Amino acid sequence: MESAGKMSIWEYANPKRFMQTSAWALPWVTGFAVVALVVGLIWGFFFTPEDYKQGSTVKIIYLHVPSAMLAINAWMMMLVTSLVWLVRRHHVSALAAKAAAPIGMTFTLIALVTGAIWGQPMWGTWWAWDPRLTSFLILFLFYLGYIALWEAIDNPDTAADLTSVLCIVGSVFAVLSRYAVNFWNQGLHQGASLSMDAEENVSDVYWFPLLVCIAGFVLLFVTLVLLRTRTEIRSRRLQALLARERVA
Amino acid sequence: MMPELGKYAGAVLSAYGASIALIIGLVALSLWRSARVRRALEEVEARQGRNNG
Repeated sequence: MESAGKMSIWEYANPKRFMQTSAWALPWVTGFAVVALVVGLIWGFFFTPEDYKQGSTVKIIYLHVPSAMLAINAWMMMLVTSLVWLVRRHHVSALAAKAAAPIGMTFTLIALVTGAIWGQPMWGTWWAWDPRLTSFLILFLFYLGYIALWEAIDNPDTAADLTSVLCIVGSVFAVLSRYAVNFWNQGLHQGASLSMDAEENVSDVYWFPLLVCIAGFVLLFVTLVLLRTRTEIRSRRLQALLARERVA
Repeated sequence: MMPELGKYAGAVLSAYGASIALIIGLVALSLWRSARVRRALEEVEARQGRNNG
């Protein structure tokens, strides 16, 4: 039992409470996202030097690394919210997972496209069946399948159940996408660009604008998840009201 | 103002162009659907309010 005055995270599972809180938070998160993205991308594109090996293609890092990180972490967020749905049956949780999927899919596509464009001049090929590239492609296909499954099932609770199970299965590939380089230690793709190990990290001149870009991408993700979850909650209410009209 | 991108200018600019286009497309679609659902919900709520009132 909750003690008086103590707020529980489960309060946000109430759609009304979620709509109130997200309405307050959305303009702030949007503002911070725009500032971080503009500052990070301008800093990275205009004010960082060429790399001695990669030339100006190093500037692609400001898009490729944040989008790849979010491609994986969006799926992880969907995994958590799907598990909350399966265990506690909170509708907002299932709708947040549904809302996050197109965002995660877009980030995965950006990671794949920018990776191919970067790979061509550096590796001499647009694509290789490298462990990390392949696991990212499979993750992209899982995103497509997840979105298609939501659209294919009319009953929203059944759709939430089945997509949650698909999300758990797909989590294997989300984890593989992150650790594929370490597991197989082969292929063209290098290890982590950001690491606790200073020797693995990119140089500071690229690292600081990259951190700002990552913050911008994370805030953009939060902005879009809030916006799209609000839309899904409204859409669910709209369907319920239309169903009531048909019965009356 | 444009930085010197050298022989990789095409690669860098196409990576930025494709990514920014995808992000703008995602934001635009999200805003468009949000506005459409919100308007439809307001219409149905107003109609049911009139019928019940």
